Amino acid sequence: MTAQEQKRQPLSVGSEWTFELIQTYDREISRIAERYALDTYPNQIEVITAEQMMDAYASVGMPLGYHHWSYGKHFLSTEKSYTRGQMGLAYEIVINSDPCIAYLMEENTMCMQALVIAHACYGHNSFFKGNYLFRTWTDASSIIDYLVFAKQYIMQCEERHGVDAVEELLDSCHALMNYGVDRYKRPYPISAEEERRRQKDREEHLQRQINDLWRTIPRSAGKAHDADEGRFPAEPQENILYFIEKHAPLLEPWQREVVRIVRKIAQYFYPQRQTQVMNEGWATFWHYTLLNDLYDEGLVTDGFMMEFLQSHTSVVYQPGYDSPYYSGINPYALGFAMFRDIRRICEHPDEEDRQWFPDIAGSDWLSTLKFAMGSFKDESFILQFLSPKVIRDLKLFSILDDDQRDDLLVPAIHDETGYRQIREALAAQYNLGNREPNIQIWRVDRRCDRSLTLRHTQYNRKPLGESTEDVLRHLHRLWGFDVHLETVQGDQVVKTHHMPPRSDASEGDYGRMDMAVVHL
Amino acid sequence: MSYVIDRRLNGKNKSTVNRQRFLRRYREHIKKAVEEAVSRRSITDMEHGEQISIPGRDIDEPVLHHGRGGNQTIVHPGNKEFTAGEHIARPQGGGGSGGGKGKPGNSGEGMDEFVFQITQEEFLEFMFEDLELPNLVKRNLAGMDTFKTVRAGIANEGNPSRINIVRTLRSAHARRIALTGSSRAKLREVKAELERLRREEPDNFGDIKALEAEVERLSARIHRLPFLDTFDLKYNLLVKHPNPSSKAVMFCLMDVSGSMTQATKDIAKRFFILLYLFLKRNYDKIEVVFIRHHTSAREVDEEEFFYSRETGGTIVSSALKLMQEIMAERYPANEWNIYAAQASDGDNWNDDSPICRDILAKQIMPFVQYYTYVEITPREHQALWFEYERIGEQFADAFAQQQLVTAADIYPVFRELFQRRLVT
Repeated sequence: MTAQEQKRQPLSVGSEWTFELIQTYDREISRIAERYALDTYPNQIEVITAEQMMDAYASVGMPLGYHHWSYGKHFLSTEKSYTRGQMGLAYEIVINSDPCIAYLMEENTMCMQALVIAHACYGHNSFFKGNYLFRTWTDASSIIDYLVFAKQYIMQCEERHGVDAVEELLDSCHALMNYGVDRYKRPYPISAEEERRRQKDREEHLQRQINDLWRTIPRSAGKAHDADEGRFPAEPQENILYFIEKHAPLLEPWQREVVRIVRKIAQYFYPQRQTQVMNEGWATFWHYTLLNDLYDEGLVTDGFMMEFLQSHTSVVYQPGYDSPYYSGINPYALGFAMFRDIRRICEHPDEEDRQWFPDIAGSDWLSTLKFAMGSFKDESFILQFLSPKVIRDLKLFSILDDDQRDDLLVPAIHDETGYRQIREALAAQYNLGNREPNIQIWRVDRRCDRSLTLRHTQYNRKPLGESTEDVLRHLHRLWGFDVHLETVQGDQVVKTHHMPPRSDASEGDYGRMDMAVVHL
Repeated sequence: MSYVIDRRLNGKNKSTVNRQRFLRRYREHIKKAVEEAVSRRSITDMEHGEQISIPGRDIDEPVLHHGRGGNQTIVHPGNKEFTAGEHIARPQGGGGSGGGKGKPGNSGEGMDEFVFQITQEEFLEFMFEDLELPNLVKRNLAGMDTFKTVRAGIANEGNPSRINIVRTLRSAHARRIALTGSSRAKLREVKAELERLRREEPDNFGDIKALEAEVERLSARIHRLPFLDTFDLKYNLLVKHPNPSSKAVMFCLMDVSGSMTQATKDIAKRFFILLYLFLKRNYDKIEVVFIRHHTSAREVDEEEFFYSRETGGTIVSSALKLMQEIMAERYPANEWNIYAAQASDGDNWNDDSPICRDILAKQIMPFVQYYTYVEITPREHQALWFEYERIGEQFADAFAQQQLVTAADIYPVFRELFQRRLVT
């Protein structure tokens, strides 16, 4: 021990950081990361103030977001809780771009800066580069350019059409942002230059298409519309914003472009929403591993290590379900526990592991870990790798809450019979498809009142939340004609929403008006 | 390979645009909160911002999400007592384990009120809004104090345009003297010695050569010293003094008879605030005297001034008399700038109004900088107004009166006052 103490030659003592020290730490961490062959984009580390951090935080980490009041709102609430000390700021924000931009806050101590470098610049960064969702759905090299393009475009729109018009449109788009992604179809990577080049063509081309679609020369008056026209759209559409962009009858070309911008940004963030546990777990696993290696090489002091462990443990703290601090499962805690356990299963498997994970027990841990990081999203990752030991350690149990029963049921706990059930239930909990109501564009009444009908396929009888009406109001603004939402169970329509809200008198009015249009 | 970039200097206040957008969108809410704050705060307390809260419902961004109900299985950590298959009672109050996690609805429910802080500038901006102040005046009220730059000696730092050449050269000279003192003393010695040698031993070439070399070396050394060095530079120092730095007293006179309602008093309060703010920007030290009156007048504190109710008739002259007494006793006109603001609903005993004019014209107007009178009533004018009109004719540049129905009418009272101040 004493021999090791003497060998210890820390990179720094004390908590002050300097730019040279950041570079030194980064070099050392990078050297160790190379030992594990972590594949990363080049890093761009930016030191910013707390205010800038709040700013970045408020605009969901987009360094060049367009202007919108909702970012102002987030900024104000972040600022309030920060200045009152209710909340520490996020230590880091990292952007999935090439080079990968990571923000360090100037208030942090040297230890925290090193932690953030390990966590963001090597953990998240390698996740962005390695995970299949990010690889297929986002294009790290062009996102910054695209954001610049979007910001400028929206600024031009504000100059041309007024701040209010743009703000209203953005409000409506934001309300539907989660329905602006292609879940299954791989999008074309966005490239800012091409966007700019193609944008003009697109405007003209689009408008022509829409005019075609809405050409209302009645065929033979006697025939039922639905029968001979066929449905439009032929298949239900999951990407509502895309459908609006392409088919909304009354939008101006610039409005379609704004819809497109919001949709593209939603698409960019979609992988992040699907990989919270994995992404944070992976980054936490690596900052833990890398900094421990630094310590083992004698490059950091004991004090550094104490500070590091203190913030590390608070990051991965999981309060129990009955704690006042409980607010669901902490993705850092779950992800970190799972990656650690995968390593354990590879390195020191026991009988149980051999039974549950015959493929990976005893295999090379690094390549197994990288495989797990690369080829899954939260849902499938949990389904594949949540081990009985992690379930036991976190003491997971499930609760069945059925509004048709008076009491709650505990279907499974962390025991032999419950592991599989827990695993499935937890995986389902991270399935975005279950978390968000399944709502698709069902039908457009092209021949009559141009109304748009959405269909909500109910999952486990879960009803829609109370802001549904507000969202429909926004959709109505975009579509320009009546919007209906049907909730179905099986083939049965159980509930409908209408926008504008349906009363007998107004229904008659709308009908007449549109009849007149058809006859013209 | 990593790049480290210091971004701390640029991009400051990047979020101001978003913040302004937010304030713009919720200006109705903010205005209401500011109005409430104005009636709650003391009129001398306009130096800080305000906390605004907006109901969470109004500020939510709606999204499609699942509501409560249906059939859901949720995994929680930290099991202590449950066993598989157990039935447990539904927790009361909607929260607890049944509430579920990860649903966007939660954030909406948790945030009943959205609370944030606006700055003092923004606060004043909102407060002035319905006073319909011209922008120039707004800036004058809310903006920075005006400063006068005064010479305050010499400093070692400054910008090049302020270099004091005489002082700089003097200090350079002093430095050269100080630093070359020993060399020059030596040079003198050596020269004397050389002189002596040339005179007494002209054949001693060796020593003369050596001394000549020494002279050369010493002179070179003296010349090597820079003529001007950075620390010789002296600058004229200018400091800012707030301008003007004199004292003012503001008399607030208000009728509190039974006919004055709280709404009327609130308008009056705005009026007093405006005057106070105006004085604050122009004077260093301000005192405020509150005089309220019905049939008799009394000097009171602010709280009592605005918020206690009285009944009974009105004799305005009682307040003017009291003001005159206080002026004479505490605020000599040669030391204080005296401003007065009077608010009333126009009621007065009919035979008291000529007395008022008399006191004003003889004992008050000659000493005050500006006297403002507002009559807060939608009704016809009464005797007091007409008497005051005559004062207005007599002291046109120091007297203003105005009838107020809404807060927007307040500003014209000050128009002349501001114009006068803005010009000087």
